[in-house]
Amino acid sequence: MRIAIASGKGGTGKTTLSTNLASFLAKKQSVVLVDLDVEEPNSGLFIKGEMLHKEDKYKMIPEWNQDTCSLCGQCQDVCNFHAIIKIVDTILVFPELCHSCYACSELCPTGSIPMVPQKMGELKQFVDGDLSFIESRLEIGQEQAVPLIAQTNSYVDKYYPDTDIKLYDSPPGTSCPVIEATRHADFVILITESTPFGLHDLKLAVETMKELGKKFGVVINRYGLGNDDVLHYCEENHIIVLAKINNDRHIAELYSTGQLIYDEVPQFKEALQNIEEFIMDLKSGDES
Amino acid sequence: MKEIVIISGKGGTGKTSITASFGYLGAKEVVVADCDVDAADMHLLMQPDFAEAKDFFSGEIARIEQDACIQCGKCADVCRFDAIPVIDGKYIIEPLDCEGCGYCPRVCPTDAIVMEEQKVGKWYVSEIKTGSIMVHARLGIGAENSGKLVAKVKNEAKRIAEETGKKMVIVDGSPGVGCPVVSSLSGADLVVLVTEPTVSGLHDLKRVYELVKKFKIKAGCIINKSDLNLQMTDEIESYLELENIVSLAHLPYDESFTRAMTIGQTIVEYDNNGLNRSIEETWNRIKQIIFKKEK
Repeated sequence: MRIAIASGKGGTGKTTLSTNLASFLAKKQSVVLVDLDVEEPNSGLFIKGEMLHKEDKYKMIPEWNQDTCSLCGQCQDVCNFHAIIKIVDTILVFPELCHSCYACSELCPTGSIPMVPQKMGELKQFVDGDLSFIESRLEIGQEQAVPLIAQTNSYVDKYYPDTDIKLYDSPPGTSCPVIEATRHADFVILITESTPFGLHDLKLAVETMKELGKKFGVVINRYGLGNDDVLHYCEENHIIVLAKINNDRHIAELYSTGQLIYDEVPQFKEALQNIEEFIMDLKSGDES
Repeated sequence: MKEIVIISGKGGTGKTSITASFGYLGAKEVVVADCDVDAADMHLLMQPDFAEAKDFFSGEIARIEQDACIQCGKCADVCRFDAIPVIDGKYIIEPLDCEGCGYCPRVCPTDAIVMEEQKVGKWYVSEIKTGSIMVHARLGIGAENSGKLVAKVKNEAKRIAEETGKKMVIVDGSPGVGCPVVSSLSGADLVVLVTEPTVSGLHDLKRVYELVKKFKIKAGCIINKSDLNLQMTDEIESYLELENIVSLAHLPYDESFTRAMTIGQTIVEYDNNGLNRSIEETWNRIKQIIFKKEK
């Protein structure tokens, strides 16, 4: 079962929930946690373990072969992203703009634009008992997160076909990286905080999940801070609230040091138990 | 005219609350730009009137005209994004998968594929409660945040600032290290990094600063919630010193940030317990830095 943990707003506790839930669930079943927030991957600060494997991830970009090029300029004409241009007698490639569609390369009449790999990031695989952890990290200067997220998803599908629970720590926001991170999920947990910013961004996230046709539920973090508008919104819209985590400075302090929370804060453990119960029900419903 | 961009790498560090406070303090001297278009929240504090709204188009998406399609499948063969599945015997473009590269119409033997411009969001020019102007936007659900809308918001704010003789543009930047934040950063005179003393705060600060360095922009840093973990605050201070980043302020962990937000106010309007003064001092330091005469 694939469960994505997402949020519209950043800093609402996505990584805290992902890492704690992964560690907690791994006590009873096999779990793989996948950090898809490739621009700022943080899960690895909380999940330690032994590194089993590391590999570079590449995207394919065009390369100009001057010797055979007839300078017809078709590559420039076919590129919708202005990633390849002809200036007098030179062809220039802008890799950060390239979407790897291969049009320039495959349509080149003289075959002068082969596609070559360029490193866009790194994937690491860790194991800690029954918990596996995959982290992907975008190289600084690479601007597109989506291809790395897609490749990471493929890696997980290939190497963890039978794992009981796959948890995906998603990027923030509602644009394409979030779509890529949540589109294959069976269920999405949206975590928010009970503040006006939290509510505003939760509404956007809910719209996104509806658009994708996803089943989802909400976890309200820092409950008690701000107001009750998030709770009312969920009730009015018949959105299931999986757990409420009370605002507690102690949680923030533990988090600041890179520790997991649930063994130290009983109410946090209770929240995880509620979520676990929900997931187990969901899972048995799926299997029957 | 000077441009100050506030970014954080990590979400939830107080970036927007602090940016809005600077916007409030700068009042009519500044134009505010909310470039965090993916989760734009600053309007909740600035009371914009949404006076001017415009659609934003960016990029294209393919559509197959079924009457002209002969089901040869060439389009699906060349598509690298698996965006053309066969559903009920028909080749269909899956809009969320289509990157708009325009390869498929070039190989279609019957010209059955058209490329259509995409509306990806809306942008607004508003008068805000300070009497000044804010430029902001709303990205459509699932749209590609390619940074183009970010660039549009920022350039519009700069144009308005220049036309109306404002001294500064204050930009609430995007999170992460990808395309939107690259667009937020380009052309800035000063970058203000807002962080928090947590392992994630420092980690994300380091990554986003790697990016800032590529732009060679002067940077300052605000450590928010600095008393949450004093040891980590020290660690961040050492990093700032090492990288020659100006340490602008230590702000306390203070729930007034949220209480102010709950009633739609910036923290400088709401708090009079010293936090307002700290932020005002920070704002004055920022002005000193950017208006210091070049040697």
